Parts: sequence; structure tokens; C-alpha cells
Amino acid sequence: MLIRVEALSHTYVPGTPLARAALHEVSLEIAPGERVGLVGRTGSGKSTLVQHIAGLLAPTEGRVLLDGIPAHERSAAAHAARRRVGLAFQYPEDQIFEQAVSREVAFGPRNLGLGKDEIEARVRWALEMVGLDTAMEGRSPFTLSGGETRRVALASTLALRPEVLILDEPTAGMDPRGRREMLARVCAWQKETGSTLILVSHDLGELARVVERVIVLDQGRVAADGSARQALSDAAALAAVGLDVPQPVALLRALRESGWDVRTDRLLPEEAVEEIANACSH
Amino acid sequence: MPPFIEIRGLEHAYRLDGGGRIAALRGIDLTIERGEFVAVVGPNGSGKSTLARHFNALLLPTVGAVWVDGLLTADQRNLWAVRQRVGMVFQNPDNQIVASTAEEDVAFGPENAAFPSAEIRRRVDEALETVGLIDYRTHPPQMLSGGQRQLLAIAGVMATRPAGIILDEPASMLDPLNRRQVLATIQLLNRDGLTVVLITQAMDEAATARRVLVMDAGRIVMDGPPAEVFEQGARLRELGLALPPAVEMAHGLRERGLQLPPGLLTVEQLARALC
Repeated sequence: MLIRVEALSHTYVPGTPLARAALHEVSLEIAPGERVGLVGRTGSGKSTLVQHIAGLLAPTEGRVLLDGIPAHERSAAAHAARRRVGLAFQYPEDQIFEQAVSREVAFGPRNLGLGKDEIEARVRWALEMVGLDTAMEGRSPFTLSGGETRRVALASTLALRPEVLILDEPTAGMDPRGRREMLARVCAWQKETGSTLILVSHDLGELARVVERVIVLDQGRVAADGSARQALSDAAALAAVGLDVPQPVALLRALRESGWDVRTDRLLPEEAVEEIANACSH
Repeated sequence: MPPFIEIRGLEHAYRLDGGGRIAALRGIDLTIERGEFVAVVGPNGSGKSTLARHFNALLLPTVGAVWVDGLLTADQRNLWAVRQRVGMVFQNPDNQIVASTAEEDVAFGPENAAFPSAEIRRRVDEALETVGLIDYRTHPPQMLSGGQRQLLAIAGVMATRPAGIILDEPASMLDPLNRRQVLATIQLLNRDGLTVVLITQAMDEAATARRVLVMDAGRIVMDGPPAEVFEQGARLRELGLALPPAVEMAHGLRERGLQLPPGLLTVEQLARALC
């Protein structure tokens, strides 16, 4: 699915003293199969933008097109297009309401009108993707730990098998192994199916492992848009919008400043180790 | 003087809807002294949040006992005194913000304790000053950023003047600047003598504490200064945990034959050791 955001502006509670402009004339395009990271400070407009892409908000100005269809319209075509987009919310408690984990995860597939066997298969698959034991199926989502609740919310979105998968801070509160494994499985699935992945995260080190392209939002505008390697190693540009480079980049930059001959666009710890070790052996 | 928090043989089981129980804590012995800064890490479901809720009697032991400042938490008569001594801050600040302006929100605790209004005023101002929100005192909380709301939640707890504060992943939803601000505030409060227990999934946050507890399956499996705990990379990985990025890179460089001193926890320390 081709996503086109055209001069999109969004103002919350317009015409009141509380009016707050969240997006200003944002334009961008995301091609099918891309893995995109969306970064920026709190209040930069990330969550607003992804809700527009999911067709959950009506633009104040501009529009979002999903394969050419305006995402928020009330037409049957727009409804069908929105069903191909899955958004997992930042606060999982915002989307969970069922009494049992399996019913929660089955809710989406049931709404898609799928058969019973297909629904069951998808629930099992989705729980496996997020690393939840099938023994959890009967538990109430409200008795789970913070990290487990987040996994259930993610599983519910994955069970839709969306063509565009949007994860808003998907790993907050998850333990390191859980994060790594979940993101690796989602990535493998994304590559296999050619779906689009949009990841909103404050953890730039984690993004560096997953996405190829990074869009930086600042005060409702696109401040940068480029390859992950370029965008995540540009310390000055990130600092200007209140973000830090991943720690491997910070280390390489400190070494370079004291005269080491190293590249500073190595985003992952193992890449930085390789770069430093090579510089030493020369 | 008794230790600030003393836990002996603590077990906790949650009751499930359909009957049956899930053991969340399986035998915890722990002493935390006044003024300590303790980080608690562990995989999801290892019992971190359950343990934290025993520190201020939000939960009571299924088996064993917890004393706060010598007060047994299971004794109903101690409830108020225990909660006065230990405040709690949660992951999502919106769950504990109650009022329509910042200062009213911070005043909620002291007002409930029925202090005279001059005393309430003093405590509110002092708490807002401590977390750096004094200029926002008349702002509605929803107009503050996520990080500022978390600082406001901390101010609300501080206004009750606890001797200790438990923070359950206070920074996991915050952007890097807000996160730094919250962590710096926690450091500051600890330097002023406040006992701090920080539950976190971010290993670089845990590295800023003076003591790290590692939990697994309802037990404390490691307990020591961060430099010691993070030396045991293989063991932590087995538990599903990671190392702080700087420690991971230091390990990698040692494996490649570089000579580095032990105990490097931050990028700054690692850079200095290499130069």
C-alpha cells in the first residue's frame, strides 16, 4: 500500500483557548514494503501523524491517501483501505477491553469476518509473534504485568495481518530479550509479506536495528527524512530537535574528537566495536 | 534504628479469577538502608512491580513479613504511617494526576493529611521547586509534556515528605530529554538523603544507581554495585537481560584484545579509557 501524506495539518480543539497545532503541512510518501522509523520529542506530532495514516483522525488541512483513497473518508473504499492498516497504540490499556487474552486478540480477525479456524490460527500465530505463552489465552488482560499487557495489544494488531503495521512505542516496558525477539519476528514477517512497517520509538539504538529510513518530526514539521545510517548519526541535527545519537555513535564521535580515525556512522554496538578494533590494528 | 526496609521470607501469590494462584514472589530476603539508591531489573513477570508494591503496603505478604522503618506492613494500624514514609510513582503519570492545575495536584497529598494551609503552601512550592516546575504552578497538567507530568507526579509524592520513593519505570514513556531530567531529579533527591528504589528495563538507567538487584521468577538472583553486576554479561543474557550499551561495547573490545580497566559503565568512561 502506498501512503501519501499531502500538506497535512492538524489542530486539536480548534477555535478554543486550548487549540494546539500538532502538525503543520506535513508531506511525505511511504512506499510499500518500507521499514520506517518515526522519531521526535514528546509533542512533536508522531502519534497524531500515525493516527492520520490509520484514518482515525480527520485532517484540519491537507489529506492522507492510502493507495489514492483519502484515509478518513466515510466511503466503503476508505473503510476497506483503513482495514489494511493496523495501529498498536502507545498506551496498551487504551485498546484493551476483552475479558480473556484470546478474545482480545480474536476481536480484530472476527471483525474482518474470518472463519473460526482462521481466527484461531491467527490468534495462536499472533501470540507466538509477541512471545506470549498459549497458557495465557484464558487469562484476563487486566491481570497481566505491564510488559505482558503491551504484548497482548501488539498481538491484537498483528492478528489483523495488516499491509501497513504501525507500532507506537511498541517495546516500552518490555524486557530486553522480549524486545529483541519480538522486533526480529515482526521484521522477518514484514520482509516475507512485503508489508510496510512504521515504528515510533524514543529508543534510537533499537530503531537502528530495524528500520532503513528515519523521519524526524519537530514541532509538527518534518525536520529530517533520510537513511537510518545518515539520520541517526547526525548528532547536530538530532540535538537541534532534542534527541541523542545512539550510544555507539556517541562513543565514536568522542574518539574522533580526540584524534581517532574512525567513521561515526556505525549505529550498532557490534559495528562500533568492529570499527574501533580495526582502527587499533592499523 | 531499624533498617528503612526489611523483608524476610516474602512470598506473594495472586489469585486468578477462575480459582488457582500464580506465585509472583517466591522467597525474598532484602534489607535497604536509609539513603540508598537501588535499581531493580529483571525480565517481564519476574516480580519487580509486585515487590515494589510491598514497600508501601499496596500489597501485603501471602507469606513472610515486610517492615518499613520498623513498622510491620501487615499490621492495619501501620498503614498510614507506612505510606507516609514511602511514596510511589508509576509508569504512566496520568494515572496519578488528579487536579486541574499543577499546584493543586501537588497539594492533594498534604491537604489529605490535613496540614494547615501555610504549611501546604510551603510544601507545594518546595516540591515544585525541587523538580523544576515552579514556573508552571498554575498550568493545567494536560498542557505539560509527558516528562513534565512525570516530574509533577514526583512533586506530588515529595510534598508528602516521604523518607523513600519507589519509581516503577518512571521514564519508559519519556523522550530522551525528559528522561534525563527525571533521572537527574531522582539523583538530586537521593543526594539530599531520600531513599530511592528505581524499577527499570533500561540498563543504562540501572547503571546510575549505587546498587542493582536482578530479579528472576520471583527471586532476587543478583545483588551488588552496578560495576559488579554488569561484569556478569553471560549470566544477564541468560536471564533475558542486556548490558548497558557502553558495557556491551567494552566487553566486545576486550574480546578483540584491547586492554581496558574494569567497571566502565558509561560512554564517557569508555571514551576516556580508550583515549
